[in-house]
Amino acid sequence: MNFSFIHQIFSDYTLQVVLLGSLTIGISAGSLGAFAVLRKQSLLGDAISHATLPGVCLAFIITQSKAPLILLIGAGIAGWIGTLLVMLITHHSRIKKDAALGIILSVFFGFGLMLLTMIQRLPSASKAGLDKFLFGNAATLLKEDLHTMMILSAIVFVVLFLLWKEFKIIVFDKDFAQSIGYRINWLDIILTTLIVVTIVIGLQTVGVVLMSAMLVAPAAAARQWTDKLSIMVLLSATFGALSGMAGALTSSLIPNLPTGPTIVVFVSLIVMFSLFLAPNRGILSDYVRMQKHRKNIRLTSMLKNLMLFSEINTDPFHPHDIAALDAIGRGAINKTMMELSKKGMAQQFADRRWALTPEGLRMAKRLTREFEDKIYDQSTS
Amino acid sequence: MISPQVEIMILASLTAVACALPGVFLVLRRVALMSDAISHAILLGIVLAFFVTKNLSSPLLIVGATITGLLTVTLTELIIKTRKLKKDAAIGIVFPLLFSIGVILINQFANTVHIDADCVLFGEIAFTPFNRLIVGGVDIGPQSMWIMAGILALNIIFISLFYKELKIATFDVGLAASLGLFPAVIHYGLMTLVSITAVGAFESVGSILVVALMIVPPSSAYLLTNRLSHMLFISAGLGVISAIGGYFTAQIFDANIAGSMATVSGVIFFIILIFAPENGLLAKFIVKKWTRWDFGASTLSVHLLQAEWSHAEATELITGHMEDHMSWSKQYTSEVIAQSIQEGLIKKQGDKLMLTSYGREKAKNSISKG
Amino acid sequence: MNAKTKQKTLSAIDVHDLTVAYREKPVLWDVDFQAPQGKLLAIVGPNGAGKSTLIKTILGLIKPAAGQVLVMGKEYKPQSRLIGYVPQRGTVDWDFPTNVLDVVMMGGYGQLGWFKRPGKEEKRLAFQCLEKVGMADFVNRQISQLSGGQQQRVFIARAFMQDAPIYLMDEPFAGVDATTEKSIIELLRELKQNNKTVICVHHDLQTLKEYFDWVMLLNIRRIALGSVTTVLTPENLRGAYGGRAAFLAGKDEEDVKK
Repeated sequence: MNFSFIHQIFSDYTLQVVLLGSLTIGISAGSLGAFAVLRKQSLLGDAISHATLPGVCLAFIITQSKAPLILLIGAGIAGWIGTLLVMLITHHSRIKKDAALGIILSVFFGFGLMLLTMIQRLPSASKAGLDKFLFGNAATLLKEDLHTMMILSAIVFVVLFLLWKEFKIIVFDKDFAQSIGYRINWLDIILTTLIVVTIVIGLQTVGVVLMSAMLVAPAAAARQWTDKLSIMVLLSATFGALSGMAGALTSSLIPNLPTGPTIVVFVSLIVMFSLFLAPNRGILSDYVRMQKHRKNIRLTSMLKNLMLFSEINTDPFHPHDIAALDAIGRGAINKTMMELSKKGMAQQFADRRWALTPEGLRMAKRLTREFEDKIYDQSTS
Repeated sequence: MISPQVEIMILASLTAVACALPGVFLVLRRVALMSDAISHAILLGIVLAFFVTKNLSSPLLIVGATITGLLTVTLTELIIKTRKLKKDAAIGIVFPLLFSIGVILINQFANTVHIDADCVLFGEIAFTPFNRLIVGGVDIGPQSMWIMAGILALNIIFISLFYKELKIATFDVGLAASLGLFPAVIHYGLMTLVSITAVGAFESVGSILVVALMIVPPSSAYLLTNRLSHMLFISAGLGVISAIGGYFTAQIFDANIAGSMATVSGVIFFIILIFAPENGLLAKFIVKKWTRWDFGASTLSVHLLQAEWSHAEATELITGHMEDHMSWSKQYTSEVIAQSIQEGLIKKQGDKLMLTSYGREKAKNSISKG
Repeated sequence: MNAKTKQKTLSAIDVHDLTVAYREKPVLWDVDFQAPQGKLLAIVGPNGAGKSTLIKTILGLIKPAAGQVLVMGKEYKPQSRLIGYVPQRGTVDWDFPTNVLDVVMMGGYGQLGWFKRPGKEEKRLAFQCLEKVGMADFVNRQISQLSGGQQQRVFIARAFMQDAPIYLMDEPFAGVDATTEKSIIELLRELKQNNKTVICVHHDLQTLKEYFDWVMLLNIRRIALGSVTTVLTPENLRGAYGGRAAFLAGKDEEDVKK
């Protein structure tokens, strides 16, 4: 371990700010992202974050100030207007949701770029720095930025905590929520506002272009590990924090490494890991389950075949040639027979002949009975 | 010799039309955001292909980038198929990753790649006239103009050849499959077209304008017409207007050209959204206002018809009780009654309301129509 | 109107002249509908007849274009805890990360009020409700692992948790197996014995007589309302289903003719 490296982290003022900032973003984006993903609003996040750019620029043009709060308020308002327009377009015209999101995303962002280039050509001295909103730059975070981000995310958390059960039920079952008297429109607006604020928190560090990934990816990864909403939110926040800090740190230490893309690469690694390896839901676990299932079918069908064969003879334990068994079996005959004998349900005789054991016969009879019951159930329903 | 300004406008118009054509199908097939995903993801393909060819104008770049575009589509669909994630989340994860890797590579190898990370987003259309195509010693215009013209030709050929198939696969996937038209092949064909177009447009206008040009003009056109063929032409026309309008806007404000084009296309969209003759917000609002009385009048006559059938007491039909029965405001009730009398649906006898025979017929009609 | 509400027995649900329209297209035309208390009532009609719309309008989920809904003689506010609601199974995402107990506890959210969390008492109640529907062994089961019939029973348990005098159920038998259907109808009968009113959107004319005692035939407007035996006439069925009535009703229609 390189101790000077650790020492550097704890003594370097910039690095502290960077780490705390990305921690804040990771936690808030992670937890709110869980709701965005469950509400199938992942792409709304993309549209909102792109839509914030003109807000940042206009806030600067109007106030000539680069105070984080002012720029972020501008971003929030623009993001909000973008969201409202998406709703207006989808509710009141024939344009579908995907196109509405695309329109808001590209037009707002295009307008933002237009304003950004206009600002850069202004003669004023304080012009530079706004373009960090594109891809984010953790290294330029100031203490002032950090405070703004922390206050905003504290507000987000308090609301999320207070309205936890309300949010949960409107995401799961809107109609039911309304039927027990919940004001779903208000809750909808509050939850969407929280998502807008969360996006705004991450803008300076992750950037407009990739902020939506910060919202979606940790939640998508977390979903694979758990079937409980509270744990999903906690995990998502953890994943967000980890990848946020890892990305911000890496990009601060290696020159010419933009923060937003670096964080996205880290969080995507977590997503890939989760998709493949998460217990129960992971692709690997699916595969194992499927193999088990196949093996089960192979074994049971072979047991039944052995019984069927033995019914021809009066002796149920009469051995049969493996070639005959193979002819009506489900493949992998040698493996199947070995597995059965390991379970004590079949035994091998000379000349590659096999027979049921008493245990195997019992099992075969039970399986046949269960199967018939099932058939009977289905025909009567 | 054409002036550079005109060359830029020609290039922008070619790009706008080339994007609008496949864009129409993206919008109608409800996969508009695939243009967002593809136009971002191709950056990685461009960068990787550049590492191989060391040449920014190599045609291999287009091949490499197109492959990345298709990879994005396939990867997204694979993830959806595993049912681990919903469609929106799958899209929202795949393309940011590919795009991020592309941006990181550009930044790390900035000296060798010669692509500016910011220009990835908004292109360098203003510089395109510098890169000339010279055939046999004769300067025949900017290279990107010819590439874009080629891509446009490709789009036109593909869409005219497979017009019927595209149309059926867009409006009725099941029917297309049952006719043996392989909707999946058409889907991937379209996605290939989108990828190629996005790559061609990328250098000059950047990823975001690709999204704008593919989605916004077709959406505007969708508000103006119900016919696919008209929609294609209107989208192309609106694309050209956005391109040229955007160019002049950029000149006036000394702003980024691609951003201005996206903005102009958006302004056009919102104007059409409000004022479109049939599908516009204003038209709908007026129709709604109008049908409110109309609908009220038929509701009232149906109610009177039901009352006649059930031999309800005379109190049902008295004017003053109407608003209680219908839970309507006093004003609306009197407006509706006035409207109904004017239309000859009902008549007043003393303070009772009665259906006329015309009103009775109409009420029966509205019930059976549903 | 006053004459109606002052009848000797108060209707559980009393709908007057209800017209509902989506984008100015009527889905329900001037429907009058009274649900007597303590009855098992089915709303029956072809697809697109407005059955679910009627239920949602009664619940206040849809604003009517005209007309009035009274629940226990009063205008209905969702908070008033008079109605337990079982929505169609397909309306929710069963991949939502939550378990059976949690879903059932949502039935108590209406009583809890803002900001408060469900506690031990709610847990105990939810467990009881699950026992009633025979799902006590599934308390901690993730909802995506349930079969259709089990999902339905969880929804019914959630409605029990609401502990209301009236239950509105949107197709409680859709996509459940025969055994579950039997057990659900047993539950509904139990509710009836406890003098609760149960209103179901129903599809199957064959089982109508066996399961329900009161029925409304609906096809955009009310075709008929009353006890099952009086309502199920060939004429009424034709009114609701048109030419398809004979096919749909099958044996039932012949029974009625006798």
